[in-house]
Amino acid sequence: MEIEQLVDYLKNYSGPKVRLMEVCGSHTHAIAKHGIRNLLSPQIELLSGPGCPVCVTPTAYIDKLVELSLEDNTTVVTFGDLLRVPGSKESLNEAKGRGGSVEMVYSPMDVLGLAKANPEHSYVFAAVGFETTAPVYTLLLDNIIENNISNIKILTALKTMPGAISFLCDNGALIDGFIAPGHVSAVTGANYFNDLAAKYHIPFAVSGFGAKELVIAIYGLVKMIEEGQPAVKNFYTSVVENDKNKIIEKQLNKYFEPADVVWRGMGSIKSSGLLLKAEYSKYDAGSAGLNEDNKRNKACRCGEILMGKAKPADCPLFGKVCTPMSPEGACMVSEEGSCFNAFIC
Amino acid sequence: MEKILMEHGSGGRATNELIKEIFEAQFDNDVLSQMEDAAVVPGNETIAMTTDSFVVTPLEFPGGDIGRLSICGTVNDLCMRGAVPKYITCGFILEEGVEIETLKRIVKSMADTAKEAGVTIVAGDTKVIQGNGGMIINTSGVGFIPNGVDIKASNARDEDVIIVSGNLGDHHATILSQRMNITNSIKSDNAPLQEMVSKLIENEIPVHVLRDVTRGGLATVLKELAVASGLKFDILHENLPVDPQVESFCGLLGLDPLYMGNEGKLVAIVPKDYAVQAVEIIRGCKYGENADMIGTVIQPEDDSEIGALVMKTEIGGHRFLDILQGEGLPRIC
Repeated sequence: MEIEQLVDYLKNYSGPKVRLMEVCGSHTHAIAKHGIRNLLSPQIELLSGPGCPVCVTPTAYIDKLVELSLEDNTTVVTFGDLLRVPGSKESLNEAKGRGGSVEMVYSPMDVLGLAKANPEHSYVFAAVGFETTAPVYTLLLDNIIENNISNIKILTALKTMPGAISFLCDNGALIDGFIAPGHVSAVTGANYFNDLAAKYHIPFAVSGFGAKELVIAIYGLVKMIEEGQPAVKNFYTSVVENDKNKIIEKQLNKYFEPADVVWRGMGSIKSSGLLLKAEYSKYDAGSAGLNEDNKRNKACRCGEILMGKAKPADCPLFGKVCTPMSPEGACMVSEEGSCFNAFIC
Repeated sequence: MEKILMEHGSGGRATNELIKEIFEAQFDNDVLSQMEDAAVVPGNETIAMTTDSFVVTPLEFPGGDIGRLSICGTVNDLCMRGAVPKYITCGFILEEGVEIETLKRIVKSMADTAKEAGVTIVAGDTKVIQGNGGMIINTSGVGFIPNGVDIKASNARDEDVIIVSGNLGDHHATILSQRMNITNSIKSDNAPLQEMVSKLIENEIPVHVLRDVTRGGLATVLKELAVASGLKFDILHENLPVDPQVESFCGLLGLDPLYMGNEGKLVAIVPKDYAVQAVEIIRGCKYGENADMIGTVIQPEDDSEIGALVMKTEIGGHRFLDILQGEGLPRIC
């Protein structure tokens, strides 16, 4: 079928209501960028799940970074996205404003140059991300160990997808299909989602990030739902294989082990995170036990929004107290956040 | 001397040598050479004035440097009101440690760009501060507005056509590439735009609005103009000119060319009957070969569309665009 025919089909779809969730921040952003939502029938609803690594970081993690940034002789090194995420009291940007030492970089490897130039100074890299970003931190650790660098530690908030998807399905999120994360799948392989599809009788479509690729994936999901044959279909074969990337798996297993971790607004999810193994604890700046998750504003509904139980517009703060310039919840901070994208569009 | 030292800011002998050997050598003209406390220049027309400060790192980058940028930025701001730029002042704040050879190249680049833009540097100042070889340049400029020219942000009218003078995001992509040590052949587009503006005016195109596309990128500029006019701006994604290499660079880093800054591009909003001619004129200018019509101005159908900027995507969807939020940083996944 030509792409126009698929768009027509999705525009005129009149079957039972279909609720599809994307669990990748880059998909959330791409759907907004390509204006996909207004191509679809009102019967097809797209929900943004917990796919933005910044958005699911609990306040305790931000608070810990703030604390470290204010310590003598210590600099927190981070990606730009994290600077504005609210902690329980303040963001890293606010800490920086009152003397906290925070350095923004584009790649985790940039911290190596900083550490080498200032050997007496300590650096903590804020290692946030999913299966996609985690491998880069293993390269950083390789480099730290090989070169015997003693002034870099990492503070991890690494998360893995299957636990979160199970949690959504087990906790009453009304979802009929998942747009499986494209970048994560490139690392894990499409088969990563087979058990979930079988257990919850729910289809997964692995998708790329172009407009056409997203339309094809959404069409694939709607057809699987209509035909009552949930499965995992890989529509991103140019990048994603069915099997996992074994080199990356080996790297991850070398340094990290699964752990129960807290997702912002959702609570602790079993085996949904990665923490450094005990033998590498000297490189850890205190990542374990960062479980406190205190909303800055009690009315914030980020948790329900991440689970597809509420839409951004349902939150009383949305667009009023909470905007991209003064975010109350993490979903409003990142370009990948569901509230940010709802606000922008 | 190889590097700038604190004594170069003393006001004494070292300062004099610096001015003589570097600034006078490049900027020399009848007004500046009088070495008075203030420049006195002729002119009795309506004047446009502006000022801008430049803090870019690295100081030199493919396609330009902080000196060229500092002239283009001020010249272009004057042009956007339809003024003919005439006089520029420049203030240098040099950190100790600036390489003299670097400073010479930057000052020469300023002199060359000023010549290209038809402006005279009539006053200047230099200070030296502690630091690590960095440099800040401030330029201010004065231009004269021809009779009958009335170009301002709120002037867009129903059915006007929106034109952009060339590829989006080149400067921003260049600077990011340099900072991130990414090798590519992307070059900054920093350039003075007085040629295309004066040719539009000379050819009696009744230009309603001009804006240079700088920080915040095209989307930010158009959204501000839509709000200023109280109208709705519709643009077509497929018509936006973007260099394929910049497009790929943005894709890799999760950036959007719509929000990437330029330093040598403008948006012109003109009545529809003049749009084809205006594009031809811009394309005929040195920095306008990729100019294109990208959208139209529309009277909103209801209040919710007042000040809206809507882009039709290639697949037929619609995307409402807002001004840049945050800092335009690469995303992390």
